[in-house]
Amino acid sequence: MSTEIKRKGRFGPLYKGHEGQYSWLLHRVTGLAIILFLFAHVVDTAVVGWGPDAYNRVASVYHNPFIRMLELGLVAAVLYHSFNGVKIMLIDFFPRLTRHIRFLDIATAVLFVGSMIPITWIMGSAIVELLLEG
Amino acid sequence: MAASLTPAEILNSSDERRVGATPLVTLTLRIRRFNPQVSEEPWWDEFTIQVDPYERLVEALHQVKWHHDGTLTFRRSCAHGICGSDAMVINGRNALACKILVKDVAPKVTIEPIRGLAVLKDLIVDMEPFFDGYRAVLPYLVNDEETERERVQTPQERERYDDTTKCILCAACTTSCPIFWSDETYIGPAAIVNAHRFIFDSRDRAPRERLGILSEKTGVFRCRTTFNCTDACPRGIEVTKAIQEVKRAVLFDRP
Repeated sequence: MSTEIKRKGRFGPLYKGHEGQYSWLLHRVTGLAIILFLFAHVVDTAVVGWGPDAYNRVASVYHNPFIRMLELGLVAAVLYHSFNGVKIMLIDFFPRLTRHIRFLDIATAVLFVGSMIPITWIMGSAIVELLLEG
Repeated sequence: MAASLTPAEILNSSDERRVGATPLVTLTLRIRRFNPQVSEEPWWDEFTIQVDPYERLVEALHQVKWHHDGTLTFRRSCAHGICGSDAMVINGRNALACKILVKDVAPKVTIEPIRGLAVLKDLIVDMEPFFDGYRAVLPYLVNDEETERERVQTPQERERYDDTTKCILCAACTTSCPIFWSDETYIGPAAIVNAHRFIFDSRDRAPRERLGILSEKTGVFRCRTTFNCTDACPRGIEVTKAIQEVKRAVLFDRP
C-alpha cells in the first residue's frame, strides 16, 4: 500500500453548479452592465442643457466603431436580462415549472442566441461600414 | 469468490471476498486541510491509496485517517446517508461522502469543506449559523387545541408536504447556494424546506407566523433560483420547488 503526500497552493476549483448557477451569474453581470450604461446615458442626455452643439459633440462618440461594438453588447445584455427575467418570473409564479427548469434554461438560451443572430448581422454590418469609411 | 461459501462465511471472511471479487483501484484524494494550530492558511494534501471501487468515499477517508494521517478530521456518524454528517464538496459539488462510490470518482477526487460556513478544522465547519436559520422557522408542530383523538389528515393533505419531510439537515443545499456564501444571515434553503414541512401541514396552527419570519429580508426572497440546492440534495428533495411554494404562500398570505 503506497501513500504519497503532496502539499500545494490554496485555491480550490469553482463550485460546479448547473445551468441555473451560470444563468444567475449572467443575469447579475448583464444587470450591472445595463445600470452602468444608464449612468453614462443620463449624463450624455443631460448635456443637452448646454445647447445642441455640446450635445452633438457628446453624441458623436456613438459614431465611433468601438463604441458601436459596446452598443451591440448592450443590446445583448438587455435581451438576455429580459428573457431570463421572464423565465425567473415564470418559475416564481408557477412553482411546478421548477421541474422543467432545464427546458426553460435551454429555451431562454435558444431565444437569446436566435434573436442575436439577425441583430448582430444588422448592427455588425453598420459597424463594418463605419470601419470601411475609416 | 468461491460459490460454496454460505452468506455467513462470506461476511466472516471479508478480506478473502474482497480480494477475490473486485480488484482494488488506486485513488488519489486531494483534500483541503486547515488547522489553526499549524497554519492560519488552508493547504492541500494528496493521499494515494488502494481501495475497493465499490466502497463509499467515506471509507477511503477512513483509510487515510486510520492508516496514513490521524490528524485528518471530518464528521461522519451512520455512514449510510441518513444522519447527514458528512456533507462535503466532492469534485466541486456538494454531496455526502457516504453516498458516493469510489468507482465513480477514481482515479482522483478533490474534497473540500462545505462553503459559506467557517472552517474549524479540515472538513469540519461551524454549523451554528445553519442551525440558527433552522431554529428561526419554528421547525415543530404548533397546535394547542385540545383533542380526544388523533388529528386526522387526508392522503392529499399529507401529500402537500411529503417531499420536505425527507430532510436530514446535512446542509448540502444551504452551502451550495451562492446567496448563502456571500450572506450568512440568509436563512438558507434547508430552513425554508423545514418551514415548508409545517406551513403546508393541515394540523399546524402557526403557518402565518412562519410566513412572517420568511417574508423578512433574510427570508425566501433572497432566493435567486440558481437550483444549486435542488442538485445538491442527497435526499432528492425538490428544494427550489419548495422555496417557490413558500414564496407564493408569502405573496398571497395563505399556505
